[in-house]
Amino acid sequence: MNEILIKNACVIDPISGINGEIMDIAVSDGRIVEEVGSGAEVIDAEGFLTLPGGIDSHTHICGTKVNFGRYMSPEDMRAGRTPRRGRMHSTSGYSVPTTYGNSYRYSGMGYTALLEGAMAPLEARHTHEEFAYTPLQDTMANVLFDGNWAIMEAVREKDTKRAAAIVGWTLAAVKGFGVKLTNPGGTEAWGWGKNVSSITDVVPYFEVTPGEIIDTMIRATEMLALPHSVHIHCNNLGLPGNYRTTLDTFDLVPDLNRKRQTLYATHVQFHAYGGTSWSDFCSKAEEITRSVNEKPQIVIDMGQVMFGKTTTMTADGPMEFNLYRLHHNKWSNHDVELETGSGIIPVLYRRKNLVNSIMWAIGLELALLTKNPWQCLLTTDNPNGAPFVRYPEIIGLLMSRKYREAEFATIHPDTEHRVSLPSIERELDWQEIAVMTRAGQARALGIVDIGKGRLAPGAEADIAIYPLKIGEVDPGREYERVIEGFRQTEYTIKRGRIVSRRGECLVWGNNTTIWVKPKISERYDMAQDPAFVEKFDRYYTVRMRNYPVQEEYLKRNLCIETETEL
Amino acid sequence: MVTVEDGRIVAADNACTLGEQKFLGEPRLKGPIQREGKGWKDITYDEAILRTVEMLRDAERPLLFGWSGTHVEAQCIGVHMAEVLRGVIDNTSSVCHGPSILAIQEVGHPGCTLGQVKNRADLVVYWGCNPIEAHPRHLSRYTRYAEGFFLPNDYLDRTVIVADIRKTETGNIADEFVQVTPGGDYAVLSALRAIVRGKRDIIPRSVAGVPREQLFRIADRCLNAKFIAFYFGLGLTMSRGKYKNVRNAIELVSELNRHTKATISAMRGHYNVYGSNEVNTWMTGYPFGIDFARGIAFYNPGETTAIDVLARRECDACLVVASDPAAHFPRACVEHLADIPTVVIDPYPNATTAFADIQIPVAVTGIDAAGTAYRMDGVPIRMRRVLKTDYPSDEEILGRMYAMLQEDHPP
Ligand SMILES: [Zn+2]
Repeated sequence: MNEILIKNACVIDPISGINGEIMDIAVSDGRIVEEVGSGAEVIDAEGFLTLPGGIDSHTHICGTKVNFGRYMSPEDMRAGRTPRRGRMHSTSGYSVPTTYGNSYRYSGMGYTALLEGAMAPLEARHTHEEFAYTPLQDTMANVLFDGNWAIMEAVREKDTKRAAAIVGWTLAAVKGFGVKLTNPGGTEAWGWGKNVSSITDVVPYFEVTPGEIIDTMIRATEMLALPHSVHIHCNNLGLPGNYRTTLDTFDLVPDLNRKRQTLYATHVQFHAYGGTSWSDFCSKAEEITRSVNEKPQIVIDMGQVMFGKTTTMTADGPMEFNLYRLHHNKWSNHDVELETGSGIIPVLYRRKNLVNSIMWAIGLELALLTKNPWQCLLTTDNPNGAPFVRYPEIIGLLMSRKYREAEFATIHPDTEHRVSLPSIERELDWQEIAVMTRAGQARALGIVDIGKGRLAPGAEADIAIYPLKIGEVDPGREYERVIEGFRQTEYTIKRGRIVSRRGECLVWGNNTTIWVKPKISERYDMAQDPAFVEKFDRYYTVRMRNYPVQEEYLKRNLCIETETEL
Repeated sequence: MVTVEDGRIVAADNACTLGEQKFLGEPRLKGPIQREGKGWKDITYDEAILRTVEMLRDAERPLLFGWSGTHVEAQCIGVHMAEVLRGVIDNTSSVCHGPSILAIQEVGHPGCTLGQVKNRADLVVYWGCNPIEAHPRHLSRYTRYAEGFFLPNDYLDRTVIVADIRKTETGNIADEFVQVTPGGDYAVLSALRAIVRGKRDIIPRSVAGVPREQLFRIADRCLNAKFIAFYFGLGLTMSRGKYKNVRNAIELVSELNRHTKATISAMRGHYNVYGSNEVNTWMTGYPFGIDFARGIAFYNPGETTAIDVLARRECDACLVVASDPAAHFPRACVEHLADIPTVVIDPYPNATTAFADIQIPVAVTGIDAAGTAYRMDGVPIRMRRVLKTDYPSDEEILGRMYAMLQEDHPP
């Protein structure tokens, strides 16, 4: 039995209510236990900050569009490469690293679980194949339903149970984790080169609105008792004035779940814009956070933008085309039959650009103005706002007003008239950062019960030890030490094994894909629904029997079965 | 639907003509063979694997080429082998759609899955390709003869334009055939881009053999279509202008998106060449032509592609997997192949066999081996095993080789 005793750990574990206690952690067989035998390997944590393994609840790391981002960008591949060394394979890429690049770099930063934010069901096999080569983290994939024909038909018929049955069948078929809506209705309209512009706009032919899709999917998700809530990328991403659409969306959301939020809104920075055009573009983070602060049923993530080069990629095809028309760089698009779309373009966020400077400020405002850190999680929508390797700088910015002021002095001078950031004094503390980078994610994803995001006995032994002594660092002044500390762990422990030591990955990995299978009675089994089967075989280009992802594609995996109302 | 009798496939309905050949195909090698004098001798799989590993171990600059005819699982092992050997790994796209990939790396790729085309495309353009011959099911499944959700009357609802240097069979079933002077594709595409941008007045009376009136008519057909699917083949990629032609076609399609919906895709050849591009990309960052000589993945088409490595007589051993370079490569390359130790892993003897030292027959994916293939639109497909034979799969053979190579380089 593989046992480890971590001594002198300075533990912050918000879920268990531990805040900066020096203690020992015993690990046996991949789990945290009360005590271990005398033969256990001892790690001296030297009083360093010890947190549950980091969890990214919205990132793009695996699958068709991520890989196309690599494929079309040899310049990005050249921008980050390492040779084969020890147990580490070679890696390439800066903003869209190869699968090994993602896995090693996340692991070096203490991350042990990742949720791929957007998987088209038809192309799910691809995501799972890349998961197998992302060995150091547990992986989950949110499944895109924004333009799903069968769902839209159920919405039109006002048949929530049917919508739930379709979601349930699809999740189990493609080994997905949760429900993702990317620009609901908009991706279908993009099949004709069109889009929707509000939650009451009507989707061509299907005659449903984004608002109706969102409402039905929220109720269907709760009917299926899925661990995670509906995960939404709101309509109108990136457009001046889009904060109204975001607020309208939030106003739709009832509070239906005791254990977690009812709606997870992702990369809200891109959805918190005021103004009527780029010339009067401004922050509406105050309005957005006012709504979030009133609604415990909503959790958001930041979608922080950091200056520099990156690649944008999303299922939101029409939005990427708009970006292409602004940037005139290369543009890729990939629509997926009966389901969704996607687009990719490279971008450069510049400090000297007013719009980019305002975007940078908005992300920080969202995190600082949301009162409850459990309701605003730290992300960049990797790599859309910035590659995840920039997270430590974001932590530095949230913990230090001085750092924010130093950065603010370097951005476009007109920014101060368009944002409220300079007047915000709040500096987040270590505990809040722990919430925003792991505990909050675990709760929002509904994976606390399977042992994620905490360090109490019974939890999975996913642990990150950072070279930071929180009693000796003043984050407000010494933000550079904070950034350095979060850049690389002393130890990353995954499933009870030391997987990364000061950035060097030590084991092959082989971690768990977590997927969800709602238990559905025969009456609601879509595989036996003649109308569903007939349409499927008629309009898809793969037969229904070939659509489900076979067991062969799941290496180590954990299936969460849910008790449903169907 | 495949019918199996006494462990032999006797009928393959619903498989396309090309697939049928594969199913009912030529005789397969019974076991591994090694060259001996002017002939061949039978060797065991163990011997064949060991000798191949020895060949690769001895090589200073091994080339691992092919990969388009095998499953993804084997392709992944191939990349790991190239990495541990510090060799060059390349696939057949360097001799077919390599230029298309270079164009995409410059300007991107507005594409879609085949079902979008089937259900929505009221205008289909085939440029420099002849699907009736090369992709016989394409027209019936997805375009000319396909019933789509928004196009219930297949033939009547869709318009098909074919552009080529001569009228092919596909040209015969088109609503409009555009005859381009050889080497004139770039100019015709440029003229169409200008028209779409509203610059009709600058178009000369004829462009590369295409009269102005026809150019206007095609542009109008595009602008009035609801959904355009543009497919191109080697006639565009491999004619004068090469990747610039493809770039121009992509930019025409991107431009059309300002007015209507338009997508573009390459008609890829080997059934899983796209799988090899995908695997190489997620594992190394690049779709083809990857050189691990310095430990990192290095990509420079024209330098790190198989033809160039062979033409410079640089590689000193070659492992060919699931392809037939001798049938497609320039003579100088094939001559070098004959000079160096070469092992072929392929179910069937082919032109390259004549230049090889060892050939290892394997199971065929989709017949006696299961595995993943990527369709040309990026949709991953599970190829099932329909027949049980004793042939090992590519994955098994390569997996054993990689395990032995790893022992040379413990972490
Ligand atoms: Zn995203």
